[in-house]
Amino acid sequence: MTAMQTMRAENRVVIAHLYTSTAAICLGAIFGVFQGFSRAGVVSAPAWFDYYRILTLHGVLMALVFTTFFITGLSLFVTYRSIPRDRKTTAGWLGWTVMLVGTAMAAVTILMGDATVLYTFYAPLKASPFFYLGATILVAGTWIVAYEVLENVAYFRKQHPGEPLPLPVFLAASTFLMWIIATIGVVAEMCLLIPWSMGWTPGIDVMMTRLFFWYFGHPLVYFWIMGAYIVWYTIVPTRYGGKVFSDALTRLTFIMLLLLSTPVGIHHEFMEPGISTKWKMLHTVLTYGVAVPSFLTAFAVFASFEMAARRAGRTGFIDTVKSLPWGDPVFSGAGYGMLLFILGGFGGLINASYSMDMLVHNTVWIVGHFHVTVGGPAALTFLGCAYWMIPRLTGRALWKPGWALWQTRLWFVGMLIMSLSLHYAGLLGAPRRTANVSYVGMPIPNWEPAMMLSAAGGFILFISIMLFVAVAVGTLFANQKTEDMTAEFAEPEPESVPTPAMLQHLWRWGAVALLFALLAYAGPMHEMLTHPAYLAPGMRTW
Amino acid sequence: MHIHKYERWWLTFGIGMLFIFLATIAFAAFADGINPPSGMQQLDPAKVASTPPFDHPGLHKLHDGSYEAYFVAHIFAFAPSSITVPAGSTVTFYVTSPDVIHGFAITQTAVNMMAIPGWVNMMSHTFRTPGTYFLVCNEYCGIGHQDMAGKIVVQ
Ligand code: HEM
Ligand SMILES: [Cu+2]
Ligand SMILES: [Cu+2]
Repeated sequence: MTAMQTMRAENRVVIAHLYTSTAAICLGAIFGVFQGFSRAGVVSAPAWFDYYRILTLHGVLMALVFTTFFITGLSLFVTYRSIPRDRKTTAGWLGWTVMLVGTAMAAVTILMGDATVLYTFYAPLKASPFFYLGATILVAGTWIVAYEVLENVAYFRKQHPGEPLPLPVFLAASTFLMWIIATIGVVAEMCLLIPWSMGWTPGIDVMMTRLFFWYFGHPLVYFWIMGAYIVWYTIVPTRYGGKVFSDALTRLTFIMLLLLSTPVGIHHEFMEPGISTKWKMLHTVLTYGVAVPSFLTAFAVFASFEMAARRAGRTGFIDTVKSLPWGDPVFSGAGYGMLLFILGGFGGLINASYSMDMLVHNTVWIVGHFHVTVGGPAALTFLGCAYWMIPRLTGRALWKPGWALWQTRLWFVGMLIMSLSLHYAGLLGAPRRTANVSYVGMPIPNWEPAMMLSAAGGFILFISIMLFVAVAVGTLFANQKTEDMTAEFAEPEPESVPTPAMLQHLWRWGAVALLFALLAYAGPMHEMLTHPAYLAPGMRTW
Repeated sequence: MHIHKYERWWLTFGIGMLFIFLATIAFAAFADGINPPSGMQQLDPAKVASTPPFDHPGLHKLHDGSYEAYFVAHIFAFAPSSITVPAGSTVTFYVTSPDVIHGFAITQTAVNMMAIPGWVNMMSHTFRTPGTYFLVCNEYCGIGHQDMAGKIVVQ
């Protein structure tokens, strides 16, 4: 095959991943806007398609499908473009197919009302086995993509002994190593859930399933964040004439994320019985550790802005911010995402603290929080990045770039309105995951105005997603060719020192990360095994 | 590895802040005893209705004037659905579930914990201000979840 043919074949796989993720966010947004209005008391779901079925679909489509397909697509893209070779795209297609089959299986089961268990599928709510199987197959598909990325790492090492891996590939590979370690938790949980939902085992150890779930659940969050950081470090700087502030620091940041993302999951279980406070405390300390690579990222991103601004003769904070290309949808997606992350990071420190979490646990504060983390920095960065990838994949100029720009602005404003009002209602105690919050005849605090406002924010977000879909799909049909399909990734600043060899050993760091995860869970696991719990038979309560 | 000067400042500042937060939490935990609930007592979910004191859930006054309140969180209600205590009382809440997971949260207080089948969770609170407090299940438990609520009346 010629290089051109190979590139076309690669592009087709990435397009498949990218547009699947687009379909997921489009559907997810329709459910999302409905949820906002339902909780504001404006609409209510019909009995044949109840609120919780909608919420399960929203959670699964957004948190598991949209994000995952985007990150697999992005990782394949950076790998293919950074390591050109005469390659087959079989693994990319196989991964996509398996992921899609798993998604379809889970989605149909939810649609039929046989898995109204929300995206966290907490036992002993008992879904149809097809739901658990579908989720497992989705995860298995991601492993095929992980294999493809890591196989290319091995290929590059063989071809270029002694040379450092291209930075984008290093970042994608460490993200997938983290993901492989994290998804062990899902597989372990499924080994309990599937036989139980088949009726082969009489009951389930509820706390054990929750331990496994959150062993996976927190690193899932970091999977999204690492996806966004790949874009911030290696793609966004090319939009403002910037560079990677430091190659070594970037690799260090990702190694820290690889090491620290998993051993923190118990911070989701603070309010639960059956786990001693010492393990809760340990995971609190480690959680604060995983904030460090994000501090580093905040520094590196701003430093990169500043170096670029200085080269253009601009200095000072205001001038630096003004010098950035806010009119470019690729940049503004990431840029507004970063701004939202300030709010998200601040809230996260509160949630993670062992004692303050009591005030916000399971209130809509949490919903506000994760929409300014995964819904802000991650999702908005991905949407901006899609505007960068689509022309490079299809050879077509973006259709309606003005709409794309307004999409990012509306998302920022809508998200601020929705999230801030949810944070506020959460402090008043409004619970999350409820079809409405009116509680007729009950002495509830006055959170209704805030819930109304959050619905209005949700509506703006909905409009924003529709603009995104219009641009993404419109580009496929509008016939405006662009000649240049090359993808440039940011280079490191020239004055930075060469990267120490220690930071290149991906496999070794992966092994250390696995060890960390096992150590952090050995204590709580031992506690559970030595105090065997009563098994819950489980039931279908919907 | 070479680390830029400003970066070192920033990192020192950031990590320093994290340590301050951690120290505050540790202080609250060890000096003031502010800990999240971590009930370690087990109870067979199939036997909740026949095991005292959960066979007669409700309020019990202790000799020292404080209260113990035993709650069963089940689909889709709390038993009891309401309790009344005098202002200034300290109440220790014990909660378990015979079916699926539920939440147990009292708005405007720090009482917020999970009810998990197989376990008894617990948390104390002193009600200083009279009023009617809202008790709510804040974890999805099924189709009637939005109706699962109760009251704590403080007189
Ligand atoms: C159109 C934009 C969106 C709107 C209007 C929206 C609205 C909402 C609302 C109102 C809830 C709370 C429902 C409840 O607790 O009862 C919710 C939950 C959730 N949203 Fe969104 N959302 C949007 C986009 C997103 C995005 C982009 C993501 C992630 C990539 C996301 C992830 C989630 C998750 C994980 C939940 C939790 C589901 C659960 O509690 O089981 N949302 N969303
Ligand atoms: Cu977490
Ligand atoms: Cu409930």
